[in-house]
Amino acid sequence: MSEGFLQQFVKDYGNEPGWLRDIRRSALDRFAALGFPNRQQEAWRYTNLDPIQQTAFKSVDFSSPGVIKTVQLAELMGDTIAAQRLVFVNGHYASELSLAKGLPDGVIFGNLSDMIVSHPKLLEESLTHYAPYQDQSLVALNTAFLHDGAFVYIPKGLALAQPLELIYVSSLDGAGIAGVSYPRNLIVVGDEAQVTVVERYVGVARDPYLTNAVTEMVGGAGSHIDHYKIQQEGKLAFHLGSLQVRQGRDCHFSSHAITLGGKLSRNDVTTVLSDQGCDTTLNGLYLVGGQQHVDSQTSIDHACPHGTSRELYKGILSDQATGVFNGRIIVRPDAQKTSARQSNKNLVLSDEAQVNTKPVLEIYANDVKCNHGATIGRLDEQQLFYLRSRGLGEPEAKGLLTYAFASDVVDSIKVETLRNRLKEWLFVRLAGQGKLEAA
Amino acid sequence: MNLLEIKNLHAKIGNEEILKGLNLTVRAGEVHAIMGPNGSGKSTLAHVLAGRENYQVTSGEVIYQGKNLLEMAPEMRAREGIFLAFQYPVEIPGVGNSYFLRTALNEIRKHRGLEELDALEFLGLARQQMKLLEMDESLLNRAVNEGFSGGEKKRNEIFQMSVLEPRLALLDETDSGLDIDALRIVSKGVNALRAPDRAIILVTHYQRLLDYIVPDFVHVLADGQIVKSGDKSLAFKLEEQGYAWLEKDAANL
Repeated sequence: MSEGFLQQFVKDYGNEPGWLRDIRRSALDRFAALGFPNRQQEAWRYTNLDPIQQTAFKSVDFSSPGVIKTVQLAELMGDTIAAQRLVFVNGHYASELSLAKGLPDGVIFGNLSDMIVSHPKLLEESLTHYAPYQDQSLVALNTAFLHDGAFVYIPKGLALAQPLELIYVSSLDGAGIAGVSYPRNLIVVGDEAQVTVVERYVGVARDPYLTNAVTEMVGGAGSHIDHYKIQQEGKLAFHLGSLQVRQGRDCHFSSHAITLGGKLSRNDVTTVLSDQGCDTTLNGLYLVGGQQHVDSQTSIDHACPHGTSRELYKGILSDQATGVFNGRIIVRPDAQKTSARQSNKNLVLSDEAQVNTKPVLEIYANDVKCNHGATIGRLDEQQLFYLRSRGLGEPEAKGLLTYAFASDVVDSIKVETLRNRLKEWLFVRLAGQGKLEAA
Repeated sequence: MNLLEIKNLHAKIGNEEILKGLNLTVRAGEVHAIMGPNGSGKSTLAHVLAGRENYQVTSGEVIYQGKNLLEMAPEMRAREGIFLAFQYPVEIPGVGNSYFLRTALNEIRKHRGLEELDALEFLGLARQQMKLLEMDESLLNRAVNEGFSGGEKKRNEIFQMSVLEPRLALLDETDSGLDIDALRIVSKGVNALRAPDRAIILVTHYQRLLDYIVPDFVHVLADGQIVKSGDKSLAFKLEEQGYAWLEKDAANL
């Protein structure tokens, strides 16, 4: 990325509020100082970003966003998961595809660039507060170039029953032009409020493109937040995503990260249990084949007492796919009575597929209950024989067992439409036949 | 016609030879009991017939319905009517019992040129068989054998068998570990399957099972060979005298 390009980009945002321009400049400086992550850094040991730096990405032309019609969207993704949704095409808000009305009073649900104008104070108070860019170069990059995304605000005491859906489509005209988008989402959940947010990333492009997404979130005292991220980017896409959360007292937060697409993807989930009594669930599933590379990094920071967390990441790797899991649980000196459980399980379906897994517990308190573990295995021979001995063909039996391996993560999805869609999708892809009926 | 003909079968696992020239002929309609001391090769025989790949057949042949059984993949044997009730049924978390069994049944039906059953038709059939085996219908909605008690697992094997309607059923120590009530129920299920076109091979450690499922023939397997065959009275003799007298015979063979 040339210096001229960066300056041009900042110039494009000349008329935005001063505070945002300051943030942008400061983030740009940080990115310039930090540079792209490299493999000398522990958190990037197994993921090589050279291919991204070697690709000549074109800046997204906001004056003419990729045109995509509702019909195409439906073909691409099936029905939407939720009634209320914001759709972004190549990082640009597509109001004609979105539906943000019909929500209870006090809820704010809209695209960030409009919300900066209509709710400047709220945005200034929160944006970048929960996803610090000072030490994270990819967050700095996103912050420097952030253009649009979602702003979700749930007022105190309000429990929103219906999920909110955020859809990011990368659509290119097939002319071999690579694009970059920087989705930025801010989710602010008030005390005792409740919300479910589903983020979906989908690519129709057959050419390489880059999605550098950041979602930051804060949960007030006693709030309940369920977050889902389904990544189905295009075959040659790069996806660098980060979810950063700050949980207030007694905040219950769950994250599901489902990674299916992209050529190279990195998914960071970081949560800080910043007050007592917090509860955290981090679940993940990555299903990759071909020459896909997927890197999941999670961090659960128990900063205060009486916190509980459980984490289950499962990976299925075939062909020459490679996977990385790096899960960190920190239990700070004050975080007595913490209970933390972490597990990463990988199913490797070919000789060439590889996975590097590193669960890490850092415990500085003495009255805690923590355990963690990781497995890398193959399909169970006994189970395979059992199924075949009943008449199931070898490929069908393998597919069914692979589907079964993923099922506990998928079953833990609470949004029914999403759960059923994923189940069906996985079943067809893995078991390769027929319809799913209570498999 | 002979349903199954085993001639001079030798099989090993790793470098250890377990079956050492086994001969057995089974005709349709018959029930055979195979007894013998631990390590004599009873379970190996059942698994070799079902096609377990970690046993290696080194010589001999097995003719099933006129075809070379040893050339068939496990699923092909199942579709051709062989069923193994496992001594230790395998738990498969994430795979629904009902889905699994219906898929298996439809594979077999397809192979036989029959229409596949839809979910509703299958449920009707399944319920009928569960009733006979005094099984709780909720087991259909659970994952295959997951969290089942020992008795529930064994009953689930017999339930699968009664739905799949095999021509040759191999019961590998299905009676082991069952209390008397469970044994009675399981036996009822097996007896209901006795038919002129079907044969059953019971591998068992205990004579007690044969009070409930009366065999036409009893064979004693020792050191990888059948050393003695007879009728039901042989089982009583084994119960009274143990296997030692037969092992002596075997050494003199």
